[in-house]
Amino acid sequence: METSIDWELVREIASCVFILSGAGFMLIASIGLLRFPDFYIRMSAITKGSTLGLGLILMGMAIYFNQPGILLKVLVIIAFTYITAPVAAHVIGRTAVQNGIAFWEKTNLKEFREYLTKHRLERQINQDRYTEEAPVTMEKDGGAGDVAGKV
Amino acid sequence: MRLLLIHTILAAFVAYFAFQHPITSGVPYTAISATLLFAAVMGTLWLSTYFYRRTYFRKLPKLLYFILFFIKELLVANLKIAYDIITPRFRIQPTVMAFPLTVKTDLEISLLANLLGLTPGTLSIDVSEDRTTLYVHTLYLKHGNLESLKQHIKNGYERRILELTA
Repeated sequence: METSIDWELVREIASCVFILSGAGFMLIASIGLLRFPDFYIRMSAITKGSTLGLGLILMGMAIYFNQPGILLKVLVIIAFTYITAPVAAHVIGRTAVQNGIAFWEKTNLKEFREYLTKHRLERQINQDRYTEEAPVTMEKDGGAGDVAGKV
Repeated sequence: MRLLLIHTILAAFVAYFAFQHPITSGVPYTAISATLLFAAVMGTLWLSTYFYRRTYFRKLPKLLYFILFFIKELLVANLKIAYDIITPRFRIQPTVMAFPLTVKTDLEISLLANLLGLTPGTLSIDVSEDRTTLYVHTLYLKHGNLESLKQHIKNGYERRILELTA
C-alpha cells in the first residue's frame, strides 16, 4: 500500500484556494464600487467584500505556514477587523445621510421618511445634489431622476 | 463571559506549554496539533462547568452555532452580491427599512447593528432616539417581501443574541 499523501502539497493547494478566492472577492468588490448606482450601495459592496477577502487571505496564510503562533495572530487580526469594519461603515453611512447624500431613485424610502422629516433632512435629500453637481455619473440609469417623487 | 475568557487563556497556555515538555517530543508542533489540544482542553473545561455554572454550559454550544450560522450568512450574501456585480443586470431592490428592536441594552443593540453591518447587502444607518427602531439600508429582500426579511433578522440574529446575553 503506497498511499502516502503529500501533506505539504495538500496544504499548499488549500492555501492557494483560500488566497485566490479572497483576492477574487476583493476584485469583485472593487468592480462593484465602480458599477453600483449610488453611494450607499457602493459602500455596502466594498466594505463587506474586502473584509471577507482579507479574512480568506489571512486564513490561507495561516494554512500555508502551519504554525500555532501565526494561526493565533491571524485569528486575532481577523477578529479585530470584523469588529471595526462595520463600525466604520455605519459611521460613514450615517454621516452621508445627515449630509443629505441622495439615495438611488429606485430606493424604497417609505419607512425612512419619518426619520428624515424628524431630522429636517428631507429637503436636503430631495434637492438632489447628484444632478446639480455631477450629472454624467448617473446617465446610465436615466439621471438621478425624481427622488422627491419616490420619497 | 469572564469564564469564557479565563478558559480560553488557560487552554491557550496549556496548548503552548504542553509542547515544550519532553513527553510530547514525538508530536509535531504544528497549527493542527495545537488547535486540537486547545479544543480538547476547552471541551474538558466546558464539561466541568456542568457542575458549577449551568448557564455557561448551555450557552457555549449556542455561541458556536451562532458563529457558524453567521459565517454561512456571510458567505451566501457575499456570493449573491458578487453574482450581481459580475452579471450585467442588477437584481437589487434597495430599501431603507425601520426594524423594530426587541433587544434593549447598549451591548445587544451594538452587537446587532455590527452583525447586520457585516452581512453584505445590509448597512445599519441609525437608531431612533427612543431605541425602538433600527434603520437599516438593505439591498436584497427575502422572497421579494420586506416582512419576511424582518422575520429572518428577528429569528436569525435577534433571538440568538437575546439567548446569549440573557
